[in-house]
Amino acid sequence: MAQADARALANGAEPAPTDRAGRLQTADGVPLKTALRRAERRRKIAAFLLVAPLLFFILTFFVFPIAQMMWRSVDNPQVVRALPQTLEALQDWDGSDVPGEPVFAALHADMMADLERPRVAQAIGPLGIRLNYELSAARSAISRTARQVPNFEAPYRDAFMDSHRLWGDPALWRIIKREGRPLTSAYYVAALDREFDDQGNIVRRDENRRIYVQLFIRTILMSVAITFLTFMLGFPISYYLSILPMRYANLLMICVLLPFWTSLLVRTSAWIVLLQQQGVINTMLVQIGLISDDGRLSMIYNMTGTIIAMTHILLPFMVLPLYSVMRNIPPSYVRAAKSLGATPWTAFRRIYFPQTLPGIGAGGVLVFIISIGYYITPALVGGQSGRMISNEIARHMQQSLNWGLAAALGTMLLIGVLVLYWVYNRLVGADSLKLG
Amino acid sequence: MINKAENRRSTGGKLVSSGNRNGFVVFDRVQKSYDGETLVVKDLNLSIAKGEFLTMLGPSGSGKTTCLMMLAGFETATNGEILLDGRPINRIPPHKRGIGMVFQNYALFPHMSVGENLAFPLEVRGMGKSQREAQVKRALDMVQMGDFANRRPAQLSGGQQQRIALARALVFEPEVVLMDEPLGALDKQLREHMQFEITRLAHSLGITTVYVTHDQIEALTMSDNVAVFNDGVIQQLAPPEELYERPANSFVAQFIGENNKLEGTVETIDGERCTVRLDDGTVVDAQPVNVTSAGERTRVSIRPERVESNPQRLPEDAHLVDAEVLEFIYMGDTFRFRLRVAGQDDFVMKYRNAQDQLRLTVGDKIRIGWLPEDCRALDI
Repeated sequence: MAQADARALANGAEPAPTDRAGRLQTADGVPLKTALRRAERRRKIAAFLLVAPLLFFILTFFVFPIAQMMWRSVDNPQVVRALPQTLEALQDWDGSDVPGEPVFAALHADMMADLERPRVAQAIGPLGIRLNYELSAARSAISRTARQVPNFEAPYRDAFMDSHRLWGDPALWRIIKREGRPLTSAYYVAALDREFDDQGNIVRRDENRRIYVQLFIRTILMSVAITFLTFMLGFPISYYLSILPMRYANLLMICVLLPFWTSLLVRTSAWIVLLQQQGVINTMLVQIGLISDDGRLSMIYNMTGTIIAMTHILLPFMVLPLYSVMRNIPPSYVRAAKSLGATPWTAFRRIYFPQTLPGIGAGGVLVFIISIGYYITPALVGGQSGRMISNEIARHMQQSLNWGLAAALGTMLLIGVLVLYWVYNRLVGADSLKLG
Repeated sequence: MINKAENRRSTGGKLVSSGNRNGFVVFDRVQKSYDGETLVVKDLNLSIAKGEFLTMLGPSGSGKTTCLMMLAGFETATNGEILLDGRPINRIPPHKRGIGMVFQNYALFPHMSVGENLAFPLEVRGMGKSQREAQVKRALDMVQMGDFANRRPAQLSGGQQQRIALARALVFEPEVVLMDEPLGALDKQLREHMQFEITRLAHSLGITTVYVTHDQIEALTMSDNVAVFNDGVIQQLAPPEELYERPANSFVAQFIGENNKLEGTVETIDGERCTVRLDDGTVVDAQPVNVTSAGERTRVSIRPERVESNPQRLPEDAHLVDAEVLEFIYMGDTFRFRLRVAGQDDFVMKYRNAQDQLRLTVGDKIRIGWLPEDCRALDI
């Protein structure tokens, strides 16, 4: 032992060996960097193997679908695929009147060519659906014409106009020309409650057809309200839990976490029992005379219902980070403040509260981001006024089948959340987030 | 129990007396219980003079921190009264007591800079900005941390944080400052330096200090008076020297420094001298402390450094005891011998390392003795 030490000491006095370029070498003459890389390689491989399954899973089922969704919000293949010759013929059209015979001839050729294709590869059906997003009745025009097109004879212009009046409408042709590109902004234009006018300018829609912007604003306001409510309810209980002895704290924590463990449907039916107009709360209020029998409050199937239910569901996401932050604030800080002459309120405001900010930030961001994209609760208890943007996205996914619009709305939601996160990071610093 | 209470009065010196309400800080028959079944602090009577540096020393769970917290106002006394400058303060909330406090983990506010930490007590007192700044600067200079006002506590080393905590407790010029094991987290060298700093500051400011520690060296080097706590009772209250030289009972003798203990029965007793027959028949000299008559069981206690192996340095009539060297430990400044004495294998003798010092080897048979006043016959 003593000998080994002595040798180490002697070595330390000599300069370490280097190669000609002055890089450090090991005792065997291998460049030090190479030796280090070799030694680290095994560790790196092991680390990668540990991460690989989850990485693969996330790439396949998270990153890829999201990229797919964002692509779908601008992808626009239908017109290009179905009407290549028509689009070529439309290039010189000025857009003011119904196009001339050459365009209709090309349209006829395109439609005939499509009929030659095997049924699964036919492009006319998707074309009708796509054009219908922009102009209702376009789908029926196309499908009806498609059935008659084999019997058409030149001049095609009249034949088409006879088969459906829409072929005589320049608006349809403007849409075909505008959407005759592989990428489109039309879904985003629609998602922002805007449309193209006759000159191709983007203008706001008629007042009664504006839905999404207002829905986005409502979603954000409701999320803010829910975040605020969970904070108001969660802060005191978190504080109380944090000063309790561990075993009581754990017991109470279970009560807070109960929403995690009950089925959403069970809870929803409980809320219906409680909140409906003939429900427990209304009946009690009537009986104690606070409200009259015909003044019963509507607390479900509207915004109130959504906010009540979501506050309940999301409360644990606020309580958990707050609790974990508060648990780690030693009581000596508040004591120190008091010993320095601060009243209990000042000690709380100036010393305790600022130290809970990482927990408030984490809980707030978590609750806000979850609620801004929440779907199931608004769908169950939201009624009309309690709907959120995600319900609209779901409607376009499942009922109207306008996936492009759904993707545009979803992408906007995603970008909104990322922007919020970025702002939070700039203001507070994401590294101060404490999620439990 | 009664015995201990009497000892406290008889050995405590002029500052200890139950019911003395003339001190600057007074604990008058204070009791504290957390659960209503056991007393953590039992009938505490303590009077601290203005400007005094008093240390509460004791093992953990002895009630010393509870006493400090009662004085600070974070715990309420179950019974009895605490007085500050003649005023009862039991009902005054902590923030109105005007007592500075240094916490074990420093409790520097992590979201404030050092300067803001120090300005905090002045700010809540409504002091103007310019005056505040002047006072903060003075306090920082006092602990030689003048350049650190803009740092965050997390950017400071343990010793620097300690200084800031001290400055913050003193910046609003309290008359009493409490310290709860403030040096516990520092390494040995820094701790010794800070012990000196703290006493220097406390004395130069003339501030009354109550210092809690479980480190006896700290207690001995820093204090004017040390109150040794055990089991919720002050075992002895005395200046450091008296505490070390003349422990009032077995607990203090064992807790402060190192002591050899031998058990036996008092054979003769004559004023300041007595002889004790140990259990194996050996007779030793001692000074009676907790024994009053022959025939009583006693435990005699001798400091290792007061054991003499050279009979020529002892009085003629001193009783000598046979001993065998079992172990020799070289400790640099001292030599340490483990001896077998009166059938016990854990008797320790300590020598200063000097050229003329007798060097013993393991297996040597020697005769040892001591001056009667160095060996105290205590309670069992």
